[in-house]
Amino acid sequence: MSQPSISPSERAPLTPAQRDAVQRVLDAHRSRPGPLLEVLHGVQTALGFIPPAAVPLIAEDLNLSRAEVHGVVTFYHYFRGQPAGRHMVRVCRAESCQAAGGDALVEHAKRRLGIDLHQTTADGRFSLDPVYCLGNCACSPAIMIGEELHGRVSAERFDTLIAECEP
Amino acid sequence: MSTTVYVPRDAGALSLGAEEVARAISTEARKRRQDVRIVRNGSRGMYWLEPLVEVATPNGRQAYGPVHASDVPSLFESGFLSGGKHALHQGLTEAIPYFAGQQRVTFARVGISDPVSVADYEAHDGFKGLRQALTMAPADIVKAVTESGLRGRGGAAFPTGIKWQTVHDQKTPRKYVTCNADEGDSGTFADRMLMEGDPLTLIEGMTIAGIAVGAAQGYIYLRVEYPHSYRTLNEAIANAYQAGYLGDDVLGSGKRFDLEVRLGAGAYICGEETSMLESLEGKRGEIRVRPPLPAIKGLFGQPTIVNNVISLASVPVILQRGAAFYRDFGVGKSRGTLPIQLAGNIKRGGLIERAFGISLRELLYDYGGGTISGRPIRAIQVGGPLGAYMPASQFDTAVDYEALSGIGALLGHGGIVVFDDTVDMARMARYAMEFCAIESCGKCTPCRVGSTRGTELIDRIMKGVDREQNLHLLEELCETMLQGSLCGLGGMTPFPVQSALKHFREDFEGRTRH
Repeated sequence: MSQPSISPSERAPLTPAQRDAVQRVLDAHRSRPGPLLEVLHGVQTALGFIPPAAVPLIAEDLNLSRAEVHGVVTFYHYFRGQPAGRHMVRVCRAESCQAAGGDALVEHAKRRLGIDLHQTTADGRFSLDPVYCLGNCACSPAIMIGEELHGRVSAERFDTLIAECEP
Repeated sequence: MSTTVYVPRDAGALSLGAEEVARAISTEARKRRQDVRIVRNGSRGMYWLEPLVEVATPNGRQAYGPVHASDVPSLFESGFLSGGKHALHQGLTEAIPYFAGQQRVTFARVGISDPVSVADYEAHDGFKGLRQALTMAPADIVKAVTESGLRGRGGAAFPTGIKWQTVHDQKTPRKYVTCNADEGDSGTFADRMLMEGDPLTLIEGMTIAGIAVGAAQGYIYLRVEYPHSYRTLNEAIANAYQAGYLGDDVLGSGKRFDLEVRLGAGAYICGEETSMLESLEGKRGEIRVRPPLPAIKGLFGQPTIVNNVISLASVPVILQRGAAFYRDFGVGKSRGTLPIQLAGNIKRGGLIERAFGISLRELLYDYGGGTISGRPIRAIQVGGPLGAYMPASQFDTAVDYEALSGIGALLGHGGIVVFDDTVDMARMARYAMEFCAIESCGKCTPCRVGSTRGTELIDRIMKGVDREQNLHLLEELCETMLQGSLCGLGGMTPFPVQSALKHFREDFEGRTRH
């Protein structure tokens, strides 16, 4: 999946509020053993993504190199370097969901939202990401919107769930 | 007198509207001035009946399901609070054949007790295993686990007791107990159900492990896709601390055991134990070359137990009822019980805990009821994305580590994904390679590059480009990945591909079926 080379958010310096948020997360976790993943989770929860400009700050604080922090951010599918839409829609692509019509649901989701996987709608309302198993395999196909899990999702149910999301 | 009504807080039940049902019951009860106490339990594992609402009556728990919030007024009308008849009435929960035929040992409390209540846990035999362990010498705890015949339920099936023995024997002051809760295999959800339905069992099992090997710190490495498990586990851990089961002085024994949950970040490879340890240390989840084994040099370089959720959750009952009780279930070298998960295109999907030895056919048809689409079952994949695809001619195989490996398949974490006859097995083989390419940690070439080349080859085969030659190349590539990869991801991705080639060759040769 190719990502745009340099998006505006990648060049942007942290706002004072973002810097404070990163600092608070670092204060909460730096003394714990192996804190980097916890820190990155904290930053993404607070800001919705991990701004590239936060990487040097985190690296210096945890006595790691920028390359190490960047390497971890980019290794894990869950961490993102750009802001997501207000609603993150994750559609399961794994075998159990495929066996129950998951491929068709993925195609429907793309059409309904007008975007491809790994993209965000122009109005910033939705992001669409693939996910490889939500552990709801007895109720396939499954999707997750934010942290809400949904099972046995038909195309109609998908549309209803999307319509229920706040603008 | 108040009536107790159970509405699951299990993520699967919530995904079908359990929250709305709980709210509707509470509203309707208030409106009718009925005294109802709602307990948010785990799931019984009968997902085609979820949301499954249960009512406690003097005769036992009555089941209603699948309940939609809009059914709630009519449930009250028909007197469901005293077990009244209704179209959704399923009778006594434990008399439902799907449930009645099971041997719930590790899942004994799941769906029954309040998952986060220490008092309820104690009332259902909770912490008896730990209390027993505290009266024993650490070496005897390890011995009990060894003698129970418990093998790693994550998929590798390595004897749990031997792993513990190795950690026990290391003479270092700092050791760790880690729980691999990165349940990434499609078709599996036993870990999730247990963590959401009876997390205190896992906490108890890890505490026993800590006492047995001399480790004072435990970590549960949980996948980020399980936010409900995260909340339930943290609630249960906080309650266990409060009640003195965790902390500086476990039950006044003078022994310390601390436990925390760490979140993964969406990497399938972190279910591989050395990659999980890297991730716990806050690094990229790249696998480590073994030796040294994690039991000798694991987390932060210290001796470390790495066990799956179900392995650890099976420990309390082994200590409570003795190694022989557990070992008496099962067949051959597969001792005890296995929570089997039925998934995919299946009419009655869910979790079935049974002693090893049950046949796949019984699971698929007697329990599962065939496909939900009503079409014939053409293939099943057992053991997750790295498991072999099996045709109907192999359905009489028993659920048993040796029986499955004997036919080139694997049991893995006990998930079975069912496909009907519309499945294109060349596409599934392609997906196996694609998944490996997406999830490869990149450390070794056969996995990192082989998976991408594999997808390309299957694309060409599906298009009919130099088919024979490319099929031959694909088989050679599978062999290279199998022999040359550092871990199970690259080393086992060939299994679904080779089995699809072997049993469903027609799908690769552009021949029409039927």
